[in-house]
Amino acid sequence: MEVELFFQQIVNGLVLGSVYSLVALGITLIYGIMQLPNFAHGHLYMLGAYLTLFMMTMYGFHYWPAILVSVAVLVLIGMLLERLVFRPLHNAPHINSMIAAVGVMLFIEALARKMWGSDYHRLDSPYEDAISLFGLTITQQRLIIIIAAIVLMIGLNLFLKRTVIGSTIEAMAQNREGAFLVGINANKVSLLTFGIASGLAAAAASLAAPINLVYPSMGAMVNLKAFVIIVLGGMGSIPGAVLGGYILGLAESISGTYINSEYKDLAAFVILVLILTLKPTGLFAKEAR
Amino acid sequence: MKKNPVHNRVSKLAVPVLTLIAAAIPLLTSNTYYLDIFIKVFIWTIAVSGMNIIAGYTGQLSLAHAGFFGIGAYALGLLMTKAEMPFLPSLAIAVVLTGLVGSVVGVISLRLKGHYFAIFSLCVGVIILLIIEKWESLTEGVRGLLGIPIPKIGSLEFATISAQYYLILFFLILTLLVNRRVIHSLVGRTFLSIRNSEELAEALGINVMQSKILAFVYSTVLAGLAGALYAGYIRFLGPDIANVEHTFDMLLYLLVGGISTLWGPLVGTALVTVLMQWLQSWQEYRMIIFGPILVILVMFLPYGIIGAFVRRKMKRQWEQEMQENSIERPGMRDQRLAGGELDA
Repeated sequence: MEVELFFQQIVNGLVLGSVYSLVALGITLIYGIMQLPNFAHGHLYMLGAYLTLFMMTMYGFHYWPAILVSVAVLVLIGMLLERLVFRPLHNAPHINSMIAAVGVMLFIEALARKMWGSDYHRLDSPYEDAISLFGLTITQQRLIIIIAAIVLMIGLNLFLKRTVIGSTIEAMAQNREGAFLVGINANKVSLLTFGIASGLAAAAASLAAPINLVYPSMGAMVNLKAFVIIVLGGMGSIPGAVLGGYILGLAESISGTYINSEYKDLAAFVILVLILTLKPTGLFAKEAR
Repeated sequence: MKKNPVHNRVSKLAVPVLTLIAAAIPLLTSNTYYLDIFIKVFIWTIAVSGMNIIAGYTGQLSLAHAGFFGIGAYALGLLMTKAEMPFLPSLAIAVVLTGLVGSVVGVISLRLKGHYFAIFSLCVGVIILLIIEKWESLTEGVRGLLGIPIPKIGSLEFATISAQYYLILFFLILTLLVNRRVIHSLVGRTFLSIRNSEELAEALGINVMQSKILAFVYSTVLAGLAGALYAGYIRFLGPDIANVEHTFDMLLYLLVGGISTLWGPLVGTALVTVLMQWLQSWQEYRMIIFGPILVILVMFLPYGIIGAFVRRKMKRQWEQEMQENSIERPGMRDQRLAGGELDA
């Protein structure tokens, strides 16, 4: 029984971790390219969940096409934000683009509250059945979250490593000047990065929505935790974001069960403080330039 | 460096003139609504002035300030309710306690640089919020801390809103005077040198870590003071006052007014607070309008209102000097724009 409980928590941790990793990946990608901590990312996550919800309830879409629409719309919104807000601020002091991100954040949340109200919504996934796996009970939805996250991460990795357009992102993140020298267009790359990051947020939100609830401030905590993750993993580091996400997910679900569920949210921040106290540049920091 | 006499006179006169005007306000109006807005502006200005020291002058963006505001507020509240201590000792202990927590946080967090520090401090703020919220046996958690007694100094009771007004105004003026003193002192110059380049400051023999900790502790002390005054004024506390949103509010006030300017915090806080009150009637549209205003503001007024004003004046002054001297000194202008005398 004890062992089962433990493994159940491992699975829960992986589910949480998958969502965190996907959100953190977006933030770390944007940070790698633009050195911008995008505080509005969690709110793009929220928009993604709402879009999927409405696609399903109002237009009768099936779960998967609804997610696709939501991801596509968020890619566009992300690109729009880059073009309208963050690109013009690229040469301003860093603190200004952070404030702009806060402005975007306030705007999106207020807009969501105005348009859709502050109520909590349930998103019913067609995969509510529980299945038995190696003696563990797990709902299909949770399994889907874990698998879909892995598929997305592998897809992203292939895109970044194997395609020319993807490797321009890698190149810019590694060395900005070097990327310019070989003729990479910085504006196109940051546009693309914002699009991908927002799309990932929408995918993560739509996957996680059936096991959580959908409401206007649902992105705030996820956002903060994703920031914890990318600081842990080293800002701009992709493997760091993935690993950090899973570590945090596991730490949270295990500490929630064995220590105190009241302080579950605290776990993330305490881990961060402990690790940064010992290693001030994060676990997988890129070399200091 | 030659100082502009006019600029100096304006700066010197500003404090007494504004003090007189501020002191006269409760005599002119007894409207509680207006006085309440003034008091809140004063309280937040004190907190934002603290943030200005660490984020503006020292260049380390600390996002834990709402947390320290919360510590100051709760310390005062708890001391006055549960320990039944009088107001002044409670205020002193609250401020010292915030400074102590600040020094511990500072020693750990200031080893980090740039965005790492910013996000780390953001997390510290969240930890403080969560502790206040969950430690119910001490702070009453989300139920809130009720029944903080009316602040009293000796036989003087700050029961009316205008009495509170003067009490808080006193601390605001004190804060501004001390800040002015600090900014112009050698310590203030040390902070600026760290902002401009940590490596260079270190090469000059400045103990960078020590100065950063000093700036951080001072800034948290001001946040704690503001929090404690808030607790004494509102006399009811919920964990929400330590919310990260308030940190962003403070950052916003600072940026609107002008970061690393002495008067920026006051101007920014007053302007945004009044604007928000004005938008109150728009209810849920408030943030929908306010978000884009914020974005537009950082795009077109990147150094804030006072900052833009100071820059324009400096540029004019520089051009004048150029004409008088008619010698090319291309380095001068950049140097001044980069830091030097950013206090209007």
